[in-house]
Amino acid sequence: MQTAVTGIGVVAPNGVGIGEFWANTLDARSGITEIQRFDASAYPLRTAGEVNDFEPSRHLPGRLIPQTDRMTQMALAAADWALTDAAVDTSRADPLTMGVVTANAAGGFEFGQRELENLWARGPEHVSAYQSFAWFYAVNTGQISIRHGLRGPTGVLVAEQAGGLDAIGHARRHARHGVQLVVTGGMESTLCPWGIAAQVPNGRLSDHDDPRRAYVPFDAEARGYVPGEGGAILIVEDAAKAWERGAPRVYGLIAGYRATFDPRPGSPRPYRVEEAIRGALADADLAPGDIDLVFADAAGVPELDRAEAAALAAVFGPCAVPVTAPKTMFGRLNGGGAALDAAMALLAIRDGLAPPTVNVGALAEGCEIDLVRETRRMPVRAALVVARGYGGFNSAMVLTAQPPG
Amino acid sequence: MSMNRRVVITGIGVVAPGEPGTKAFWERITEGRTATRTVTSFDPSPFRSRIAAEVDFDPRREGLSAQEARRMDRSVQFAVVSVREARADSGIELRDLSPDRTGVSMGTAVGATINLDEEYRILSDGGRRWVVDPAYAVPHLYDYLVPSAMAREVAWDVGAEGPVGVVSAGCTSGLDSVGHAVELIREGTVDVMFAGAADAPISPITVACFDAIKATSNRNDDPEHALRPFDRTRNGFVLGEGGAVLVLEELQHAVNRRAHIYAEIVGFASRSNAYHMTGLRPDGREMAAAITAALDQARLVPEAIGYVNAHGTATRQNDRHETAAFKEALGAHAYATPVSSIKAVVGHSLGGIGSIEVAATALALEHGVVPPTANLTEPDPELDLDYVPLTARTKRLDVALTVGSGFGGFQSAMLLARV
Repeated sequence: MQTAVTGIGVVAPNGVGIGEFWANTLDARSGITEIQRFDASAYPLRTAGEVNDFEPSRHLPGRLIPQTDRMTQMALAAADWALTDAAVDTSRADPLTMGVVTANAAGGFEFGQRELENLWARGPEHVSAYQSFAWFYAVNTGQISIRHGLRGPTGVLVAEQAGGLDAIGHARRHARHGVQLVVTGGMESTLCPWGIAAQVPNGRLSDHDDPRRAYVPFDAEARGYVPGEGGAILIVEDAAKAWERGAPRVYGLIAGYRATFDPRPGSPRPYRVEEAIRGALADADLAPGDIDLVFADAAGVPELDRAEAAALAAVFGPCAVPVTAPKTMFGRLNGGGAALDAAMALLAIRDGLAPPTVNVGALAEGCEIDLVRETRRMPVRAALVVARGYGGFNSAMVLTAQPPG
Repeated sequence: MSMNRRVVITGIGVVAPGEPGTKAFWERITEGRTATRTVTSFDPSPFRSRIAAEVDFDPRREGLSAQEARRMDRSVQFAVVSVREARADSGIELRDLSPDRTGVSMGTAVGATINLDEEYRILSDGGRRWVVDPAYAVPHLYDYLVPSAMAREVAWDVGAEGPVGVVSAGCTSGLDSVGHAVELIREGTVDVMFAGAADAPISPITVACFDAIKATSNRNDDPEHALRPFDRTRNGFVLGEGGAVLVLEELQHAVNRRAHIYAEIVGFASRSNAYHMTGLRPDGREMAAAITAALDQARLVPEAIGYVNAHGTATRQNDRHETAAFKEALGAHAYATPVSSIKAVVGHSLGGIGSIEVAATALALEHGVVPPTANLTEPDPELDLDYVPLTARTKRLDVALTVGSGFGGFQSAMLLARV
């Protein structure tokens, strides 16, 4: 049984909707800028991947806007686009056989900041009646399910940046168990002052104030990550059933997935990202040589970059597979990031184009990778996505082209 | 999923309101001794609901080091104390675990809300600064932002290097996290999962947000009797806190090491109502569908079920909703099945409660005792099932059902059976 992706919806700092996003990504147009949403001059982080041309009222009914955080508005819009892209008519299927599984890591953080302010500056009676469900981690799954009448299995997975792959992997599990259609992926936004301030103590935020130098994974001058907002929503179905219902396209198949966890810091045991990659390959029944393109996690933290490069070298051989990190154009999107990488992997398969990594200069010692620095035209039959979450979470996924016929 | 890999519970750890520990928890719920009281962790006087079910919890007394206590939010502390009890109970030694074939699945609805609330208050200087000052951040603030820190801490404690993650589906988190772990073992990539959930939501922001929608009881003058599932005089739930962790093993793995087996998890399913973020359709159709799917997975008929551990949040809509769901899924057998809610005793700990209730259900099977619904003195005449008021019952049980229902429209059902 094969599990297909039949629809994609994207919101990213360098493009809203897959058309604009993919064109800009292939053109190496970055969405990382100086922080514009508030005066961050006193913050150690000066740059971010903000989505500045997403106007929720253009995409959503007015009543939904006051009760939702920005990340939920983006998730709802992307889910609409993904369902449209897949030409799904949700009114024509049994609602109990359609589910929703999304990744999330921070909840509606900006909504939460406003209500915390109401609580502490004005008093408990000023807290919104929507707070109880606008900020929690499950809100995107719940709102998508309600908006489209999807009453099947639902889920919400959290593994920081790795969660997006876990959600897609779980969606595949549901499809294999007979669920007709699963809306999956992840969407995140933590670019309010409270959301950025809370990331400062993780010690991994870039303090470089030049948007072109702030987030340069694998670079000898890598000095941390730039956070962004956005993500991707995918439509996942059993491949045979997708053709049966006349789905306009199959972007590709979810062929393999594996998650592992690193030993605690200080342990003599090694990182486990290599085992996640090998596990995903084994699950896909593919050999390393079958992988045409790797979407790297690209932490931007020297030690983590070296660990990822070493894992890729161990599995594929040094510089033996093209590796790309288009997230250098929009930053790390937390629960949304790996879902967007998976979406790009599918678009790369569709178009035979590997999207570029931008701004990275000379590679750091120990990072022996064939980094894709300009868009490459090349057949992509199988792509690997690597995702790691703060705390030690590793996930890897193999996406493949639908075999001919 | 492969049906020939069976999943059993071999260890239980519980931190529930009152005194921490599985034994104290089981005694409390079977005696119907409620732990609801006036909030002591902060001054509740500005709030509509000023009551909660609190754990008498001292992290140092429960074995956490000074640094662990600083690093972990209270919810994470509950998780770690629970996993240590569960592992000790299971008799599994760390050296017996293969790290790659061991995983963690933890649930939480609201994560580190106590620490996030408190740190926001400081960084914003009491809500006065929108551009909050990161110079005042504590070193572990990001661990509070990401709820995955809970799974990380549990994984570090048991040395798990297989799949590790958090399931956060609101108030069904604690059922869904265990259900997810069951699926992973059945699929064959792991043999042992430490699965459970914890929440510590008794913070000003959480109390305020439930005040705003009047979901919680304001019976502030009589806290011990405030949470009244299926009772005519109910007026909402009482916030609780706590968590539970179960050691789940593939059956043969447990048999090979001669482990004590509490129960097998034979079925799990979830559905959504796609109706309203906080509202429930009175017909309970999606919860019924989840129960039926869990029965199908277990290849059991409704008549096999000897006990139903209800969601029982003491809101009128919940009580009607799940009663309708039990009738639809179990048919006439619903009337012959004891249904009870332990929430009157331990409150509603949001994501944590689902795993606490899986533990309660496993213990009910183990002891052949149905815990009662405390505070049920004036049965709601609209509700006509057997809700086991006030007093526990001795009954041989082979199969029991536990259900959960949550904001977002999530409905989950899990079936446990004696092995």
